Amino acid sequence: MSTSLILLIILIVGLAAYFAGRARAMASSKGKLSVLHSLPGYHGVYVAIWAVLPAAFVLAIWLLASPFFVENSVRSALPESVHSQGSATTELMLGQVMQVANGLKLLNTEELAAVTSGSSNLRDALAAKGVPMANAGETYMVEAAQKYNSLKDGSRWVMSAVVLIIAIAGAVFAIRGISAPFRARNRVERVMLGALLLASSIAILTTVGIVGSMLSEAIRFFQSVSPSAFFFGTVWDPRFSAAGSGGTEGQFGLLPLLAGTLYIAFVAMLFAVPVGLFAAIYMAEYARPVVRGIAKPLLEILAGIPTIVYGFFALVTVGPFLRDISAQLNGLVTGNYVNFIQAQSVLTAGLVMGIMLIPFVSSLSDDIITQVPRSLRDGSLGLGATRSETIKRVILPAALPGIVGALLLTASRAVGETMIVVLAAGVAARMQLNPFEAMTTVTVKIVNQLTGDLEFNSPQTLVAFALGITLFAITLCLNIYALYIVRKYREQYE
Amino acid sequence: MTDMTSSVQSTFVRPAQARRDIGIKKRYAAERRFKAYGLAAILIGLFFLFVLLWTVVSKGYTAFQQTAITLPIEFSEQIIDPKNERGANPAKLMTANYPFLVRDALIKALGIDPANKPLVKQATDMVSASARTQLRDLVVANPAIIGTTANVSLLAEGNIDSANKGQIDLTVAEASRKVKDQQLEWMKKLTETGAMAKQFNTGLFTYGASSRPEAAGIGVAALGSLYMMLIVLVLALPIGVAASIYLEEFAPKNRLTDLIEVNINNLAAVPSIVYGLLGLSIFINFAGMPRSAALVGGLVLTLMTLPTIIIATRAALKAVPPSIRSAALGLGASKMQTIFHHVLPLAMPGVLTGTIIGLAHALGETAPLLLIGMVAFVVDYPGSPMDPSTALPVQIYMWANEAERAFVERTSGAIMILLIFLVVMNLGAILLRRRFERRW
Amino acid sequence: MNMMSEAAVEKALDQKMNTVPFKMIGKDVSVYYGEKRALFDVNLNVRENTVTALIGPSGCGKSTFLRTLNRMNDTIDSCRVTGKITLDEGDIYDPSIDVVELRARVGMVFQKPNPFPKSIYENVTYGPKIHGLARTKAELDQIVESSLQKAGLWNEVKDRLHESGTGLSGGQQQRLCIARAVAVSPEVILMDEPCSALDPIATAKVEELIHELRTNYTIVIVTHSMQQAARVSQRTAMFHLGNLVEENDTDKMFTNPDDQRTQDYIMGRFG
Repeated sequence: MSTSLILLIILIVGLAAYFAGRARAMASSKGKLSVLHSLPGYHGVYVAIWAVLPAAFVLAIWLLASPFFVENSVRSALPESVHSQGSATTELMLGQVMQVANGLKLLNTEELAAVTSGSSNLRDALAAKGVPMANAGETYMVEAAQKYNSLKDGSRWVMSAVVLIIAIAGAVFAIRGISAPFRARNRVERVMLGALLLASSIAILTTVGIVGSMLSEAIRFFQSVSPSAFFFGTVWDPRFSAAGSGGTEGQFGLLPLLAGTLYIAFVAMLFAVPVGLFAAIYMAEYARPVVRGIAKPLLEILAGIPTIVYGFFALVTVGPFLRDISAQLNGLVTGNYVNFIQAQSVLTAGLVMGIMLIPFVSSLSDDIITQVPRSLRDGSLGLGATRSETIKRVILPAALPGIVGALLLTASRAVGETMIVVLAAGVAARMQLNPFEAMTTVTVKIVNQLTGDLEFNSPQTLVAFALGITLFAITLCLNIYALYIVRKYREQYE
Repeated sequence: MTDMTSSVQSTFVRPAQARRDIGIKKRYAAERRFKAYGLAAILIGLFFLFVLLWTVVSKGYTAFQQTAITLPIEFSEQIIDPKNERGANPAKLMTANYPFLVRDALIKALGIDPANKPLVKQATDMVSASARTQLRDLVVANPAIIGTTANVSLLAEGNIDSANKGQIDLTVAEASRKVKDQQLEWMKKLTETGAMAKQFNTGLFTYGASSRPEAAGIGVAALGSLYMMLIVLVLALPIGVAASIYLEEFAPKNRLTDLIEVNINNLAAVPSIVYGLLGLSIFINFAGMPRSAALVGGLVLTLMTLPTIIIATRAALKAVPPSIRSAALGLGASKMQTIFHHVLPLAMPGVLTGTIIGLAHALGETAPLLLIGMVAFVVDYPGSPMDPSTALPVQIYMWANEAERAFVERTSGAIMILLIFLVVMNLGAILLRRRFERRW
Repeated sequence: MNMMSEAAVEKALDQKMNTVPFKMIGKDVSVYYGEKRALFDVNLNVRENTVTALIGPSGCGKSTFLRTLNRMNDTIDSCRVTGKITLDEGDIYDPSIDVVELRARVGMVFQKPNPFPKSIYENVTYGPKIHGLARTKAELDQIVESSLQKAGLWNEVKDRLHESGTGLSGGQQQRLCIARAVAVSPEVILMDEPCSALDPIATAKVEELIHELRTNYTIVIVTHSMQQAARVSQRTAMFHLGNLVEENDTDKMFTNPDDQRTQDYIMGRFG
């Protein structure tokens, strides 16, 4: 029985249990619903929960645990000659056995007989069914594979039976407990509360998952590359070596990537902060409601555009534009029409990222500025200050902590941005200061190292996780500090 | 009142005095400058919005048209199945030399000497290589067509399509041009006879990945995106709502819930690429799920969207006034009943708005999908979320890396389609908010 | 008891009230918030170096009228003012009149103390700085000291001028706001229920202060408390439903008002 079929059966049992529980509750009320503590529906749900939850729990545990048991017993059944070659070979052979096991299921009885007796070549027989094998199979493999298949099937049958029995037993147990004063609703609600708690723990689990998974992979990386060579290295040259050739050691220096990341984020902020802040000020303090009602949503469109679109914009419009205009400028000044801005450059990526960040800065700052109490504004205007004086000398200083928080959140976004820099910043990992040249970022390298065919255990791919955890740590610090500031700011004016 | 008017007459008013100099002129100049900066900032933002959209639309609108060449194709038995084996071995029809059919049709239509190989090659180059599968599918679907002649509309090759749309600079020397003079002449001839014409590009919406621009479309990628959006909707909405209800209504206010709160706010600001690493490490390497599968993409996007939905839902729950809760509790409803019967339905518009915005964000997300292997050359529609598939923004990314003019056009066209999806979703969210917005 | 004796003293002081010149004249002043009309053709004059109290039930338009006097209503988008208000003969709604200059001459103190989140010193020097009233640090120091002294706050804060103004008690904050207004050397000071957020002791201090300020400034005060109006003002104007009901010498107003509605309000029949 397939897993989904078992699940379906459990659900059907659950549904039946619901109606049975409801009917039982109705019966025990003897026609007067008010004698029941809980509505009949709750009794039904209570019974259904007993039918479904324990069974589903056992099913999940069984599915997770049984492969280990089956593999273990097959592994121990492999001949001594295999075990003597060390655990790596054993695992390899085990993998082959499983492949053979899958293949055997496709053979019909005659072919199967031929293969088991050794009269027909295992490899050819399986290849004919579309199951490729790395080398010619050996006879013990067929035996092991058959054992594997029978164990697996047996386990599955036992599992189906056990799960079904548990489902029915649960339902019966629950039905017997139903009586008029039984507090079914309270029980059901306790289960619901548990489900709610479980859902909210997913948020925590995500963070644990992020930190845990990246740390464990990064630690594997640091087993082959020393942390100091990574964190303080100034050369990035990972050298993709062909699989198995051993190859030369690459260099994994974080600093050029970090420099590029921060430089591009800085250029982006340099552009986005004044524009976004002034836009927010105008929107909050000057714009008439009509203008605000039109300009604000229009600017927020910029925030809704996917970053891949910005990347494309940088690639086909901004990059070539900057390159050509620099050639023209150079030509006008020196007579030599050579571009001094590369199409892929810090400036291109920074500028386009800046455009993307304008709405973040402006809407976050707008929220902060409008939170400054009206009384401060009135106090200043009442003394005869102009609007701009009020803004510069009263509102902005009062809003400053909040705005700093907003800018830190924006900076965090700039540091973690991927698609724009992938398309516009270039891939050359260099440490230099010319904004017209290409630099690369942490995120670009994560993408570079993990796309394409890869061998998962090499430092060349594992380094992506070390980069990832670095990125996560940087943005975590920025976010938490920013959230703390913004929260403090809100409390001040609440 | 009468008293007052009389007193006006009996008293005098001081004449206006000489004013203090408080630098009005200079201060107003500063005021105007400041205001101008603000206005300029908004205009800069809007300018870039306009340039961006204009770039996309101006480069992309032509993608919705495709040049087709309609030729009378003679499904000659000689070429398709010279030995008449198709009865015994239907697979024979799959491997027949269909491009020859096109070649012969072109020779006839353009009046070329069949012996002049270079000229024939130039002619056949004008038709997309996808003609092979197109004709094959026709014949396999209806073997009776063999031996007859039928008008078939074939896709023009990408460069020919570009030339037909006037996108190729004809002043460039012929040698360094993708479209030759002879081909241009033929194009003119075919256009005059009505054989060559631009038609609505349905292929853009239905085809999958292809190295030939004219046969590349977003259909397959869009289905992958659809799978992922469904997974996100089915998982993120209930989990997000459940988590918000617990945190907002049940959780005791202590350090732990404070931590969860900070944690969720932080998750909303974690770079999306980190979620990709999470997916690669947990779902693919640890749990052994297939690479490039929409299922994994959907799970990753779910985790990414959850914080957004939770934050929106909590805000919506918070906005329901306590009086509603008191009223229900006062009637003897349990807390759970109060929430599910009264609070949640009232908060639902806010929840759905947040969900749609989260979905829209997930739809445009690219970076995490790159890491879980969705940068894949997927030609066929994925039959299930477990099959290899790609996503709309990833398809855009892959096309953006192609140099050919026809791909730039398609990239922009695909972006237009993506943006239309997003606009529709966001408009939906706005309408929902307008329609159900409640002021307490 | 106290109220009566105060009123008697005021009466003696204000014998010559009718000869005091007008500082501001409001003629047919109407205010609209969008479609809604909040003031109906109010004619009210403010005498120089006099405390004029505006009283009336809540929502009667007294605060609205007060805010027309230095055009604070301009900060509300939907608000429209018709009629004429002059300050020393000059129409303050005339396009040639500058609102910044007007507010420098007609200062305002608000209902809730609203010190800027800056030091006490910076709060007081804010106005002089933006208007360029002081050239040197010494002049600024001078202004700070005299303003705080006028506001009766100098002795309490002279040792902590550079601490935040928001750290003061409610009453001190309000006096700081008065000092802030005084520092600009306005001719008129408008006070919008300046004591409503204060405790009785702080209220008494602010009232004393208003009394002293009268010698140098023209003061218009909106108040909810009739006792306060009687204590601090020489003239009182009664508003009801956006209309000016009666304007009179304070002692007359509280002993023998002309209008039935004033009588009712003072007797506490409505409010």
